[in-house]
Amino acid sequence: MTTSRFGLIQNDRAGRWFLGCLLLVGLLVPVLNLGVPEDSAFHFSTYSVTLLGKYLTYALLAIAADLVWGYLGILSLGHAAFFSLGGYAMGMYLMRQIGDRGVYGDPVLPDFMVFLNWHELPWFWQGFDMFWFAMLMVLVVPGLLAYAFGFLAFRSRVSGVYLSIITQALTYALMLAFFRNEMGFGGNNGLTDFKDLLGFSLREDSTRIALFMASALALGLGYLACRYIVGSRLGLACIAIRDAESRTRFIGYRVENVKLWVFTFSAMLAGIAGALYVPQVGIINPSEFSPLNSIELIIWVAVGGRATLYGAVIGALLVNYSKSYLTAALPDIWLFALGALFVLVTMYLPKGIAGLAKRREASA
Amino acid sequence: MTQIKYLQIADLNIAHRIRRVLIAVSLLLGLVAATTAYATEAGASDSGPSVLGDAWQTLTKGNYKQKADAIQAIAKQNPPQTVAVLKAMLQGELYYAKKTKRLYHMSEGDGQYRFSSIFDDEVVMQNRKRGYRKVKINNNLRGLLRQSLAGLQLGNKDAKVRLAAVNELLKSPDDDALQIVRSRIANEADEGVKHAMAALLAIDTLLKGDITDHSEAIATLRESLSPAAINALRSYHSPDKQLEAEAQQAIKSIDARKSWYSIIETTFFGLSLGSVLALAAIGLAITFGVMGVINMAHGELMMIGAYTTFVVQTLMPEHIGLSILVAIPAAFVVAGSVGIAIERGIIRHLYGRPLETLLATFGVSLILQQAVRSIFSPLNRTVETPQWMSGAWQVNEVLALTWNRMYIILFCLAVFMALIAIMKRTSLGLQVRAVSQNRNMARAMGVRSDWVDALTFGLGAGIAGIAGVGLSLLTNVGPNLGQSYIIDSFMVVVFGGVGNLLGTLVAGLGLGVANKIMEPWAGAVLAKILVLIFIILFIQKRPRGLFPQRGRAAEG
Repeated sequence: MTTSRFGLIQNDRAGRWFLGCLLLVGLLVPVLNLGVPEDSAFHFSTYSVTLLGKYLTYALLAIAADLVWGYLGILSLGHAAFFSLGGYAMGMYLMRQIGDRGVYGDPVLPDFMVFLNWHELPWFWQGFDMFWFAMLMVLVVPGLLAYAFGFLAFRSRVSGVYLSIITQALTYALMLAFFRNEMGFGGNNGLTDFKDLLGFSLREDSTRIALFMASALALGLGYLACRYIVGSRLGLACIAIRDAESRTRFIGYRVENVKLWVFTFSAMLAGIAGALYVPQVGIINPSEFSPLNSIELIIWVAVGGRATLYGAVIGALLVNYSKSYLTAALPDIWLFALGALFVLVTMYLPKGIAGLAKRREASA
Repeated sequence: MTQIKYLQIADLNIAHRIRRVLIAVSLLLGLVAATTAYATEAGASDSGPSVLGDAWQTLTKGNYKQKADAIQAIAKQNPPQTVAVLKAMLQGELYYAKKTKRLYHMSEGDGQYRFSSIFDDEVVMQNRKRGYRKVKINNNLRGLLRQSLAGLQLGNKDAKVRLAAVNELLKSPDDDALQIVRSRIANEADEGVKHAMAALLAIDTLLKGDITDHSEAIATLRESLSPAAINALRSYHSPDKQLEAEAQQAIKSIDARKSWYSIIETTFFGLSLGSVLALAAIGLAITFGVMGVINMAHGELMMIGAYTTFVVQTLMPEHIGLSILVAIPAAFVVAGSVGIAIERGIIRHLYGRPLETLLATFGVSLILQQAVRSIFSPLNRTVETPQWMSGAWQVNEVLALTWNRMYIILFCLAVFMALIAIMKRTSLGLQVRAVSQNRNMARAMGVRSDWVDALTFGLGAGIAGIAGVGLSLLTNVGPNLGQSYIIDSFMVVVFGGVGNLLGTLVAGLGLGVANKIMEPWAGAVLAKILVLIFIILFIQKRPRGLFPQRGRAAEG
């Protein structure tokens, strides 16, 4: 293998395109927002920056899901759970940053705890005032849950539809749990009212731009990491498992180990996406765990085309853009459109948009 | 008016022919009824019914002695208003208009005084009590009123009213009333009422009676479950230590029985919740269990069934009870046809690709939800519960089993029986099983497998619709009805063992009972979470559920 500057993506033309576009957008958008005066036609509003940043975190989540669904054949209907857990870890850090600026002015306790008449911080909130610890938890909590869940599920060879259903049950159980006030995560209202991140106010345009660029960077790195895994021997084993699990096992691969590590990695990626999502949106609440979100995420991947990674990004951006547009313009149509998308894509477009592009390429 | 009289006369004629001996009595009864009916009508124009008019009028006057006589006269005649009037009087809620001397029942609410006439529908709302005066009573009258009321109610033909009267006395005992109870207990026909009366008298004995009777009274109370009996035993003190020990024993015995009944109650609640779960899962047990199709729109098919109930009830508002019975086949047909349409239109193209089926049917579920939202509005609709489903079967003081829960259990079992009969006894069932076990072989034998697929899916969908009828009676009917049941249904099917209908029933009932057992100490939400976690762990241990299919069919 020749080591060129593009080592990882030298055989990945679409990937190069995608990373190029990402780089362009990542640099151009800040310039258009900060450098161009507001009355200019080329000005990119801060609202749009945040919106685009949100889409980028969704795209990262979609890549994580594509890694396990496209390459490993595991249809996880619980990836929103890992996303939300990462988000909650970030949210807890942001809550602690509020300090005594909350409504009740308690220097340590977040508002909802004062409201619930709690007198000290629960043990699982300790340490979240430190940024590094919170970032560690963004990775560790989803990773651990995925590891524990995968350890049990893959070892007992729960697969296919059964796995999908129990991942759905997992996120459903988490949603119910986080809705409870006693859990100590703000119950129904979740965590919100954030003030600043690392000392930078979340209301500042510059902070929003920085978050946007961080999201773009994370997406790019996430893509490269997934591409690396997919291109490695581990990736080949994944594809083998997807296509013929028993045969791979008989050849001598430890199928459950491969599944477990890739699944855990994917969950951590989802956690990062969640952590970037929360400061941009400004709230995290239990409805993020809802099974509907996890399934919606799968349709992003399906629309874009599974087992391509960049397809997941396209799907996430496209579906979410249409969602933002339709829910505002024609709220009644959105669910019809989403439902039809599910049906049509699975029936007539099994390889998604990326598949269409490939087909044209092949015929040309 | 004349019609009523006419009917009375007709009644009399028949009575005359059949039982001559009763003529006099019937005449008297007829006369009283007719005059009461007439009086009720006439009350609108003058101040009170004519026969008892004087007695009613006396109540508005000042003399307590005359009032007492009037009360006795009224209680003796016992016109329909008696109980209401005497109660109102006792509670100081009986008023009369100063000008017309008519009697009103006064109630307060929202800072307003509401005067509703005793004899007709007239209602007056006022900010102040001006123009009306309370019918005053003294302690003597109060005793008389209580006694008359107890006597009237204890002498009522309806055992329920008698029981209510005795229970009332248990709360606030009254010597005069106890005297009546003592005289009536021997002739009491109803067992329940007799027991309550015995407990009432035993409590009185413990408080005031001779110490030699105490032992017997404690033994009587031992059989009772009412809080009053327990309180009496708790606060019982006696110089005789033996008797106190007996009382303690009795309390223990009562507590033991109470906890036994509460176990029965929990199980019953659990079974009814489990029936709902099982009912929701039955349709899925066919489509998922037998056909292997993941139908995420299953919940929405239930929703369609529930909305069908709502529509049927809107079409026939006069016959609520009947509408439910009509709704069952209607929901089956509607949901079944939607199911067949889904199968023919979408699922047929996706056989052998279960994950894609999951996504496509999820899309269908979103479309159906939004369709219902557009047609019926996003607001919840309520389906009226028919008369015969409300109320409860009061087994004793601590155990009451509500009818609607009872019906849902029976309904679930009936649907299950019917389904198992279809699967085991009909040729459709035979073909369904054949196709699910070995499609190619079945086709080679001449089974039209695609036709069977469509019908099977239609059957599953139709049963989901029937489940929707059941659900519509328990919860609000809204676009999200299905969503809240889909995960539970899948859990039940997977837990029971895919492809095993009986397993689904057992799993549903078992999970329902487990949920209700945990609820008292864990709370409803936590109980549900624990059940979910339990199932997730259970599937790791036994991926094929409680009752896995064995043999070749299992690998299909």
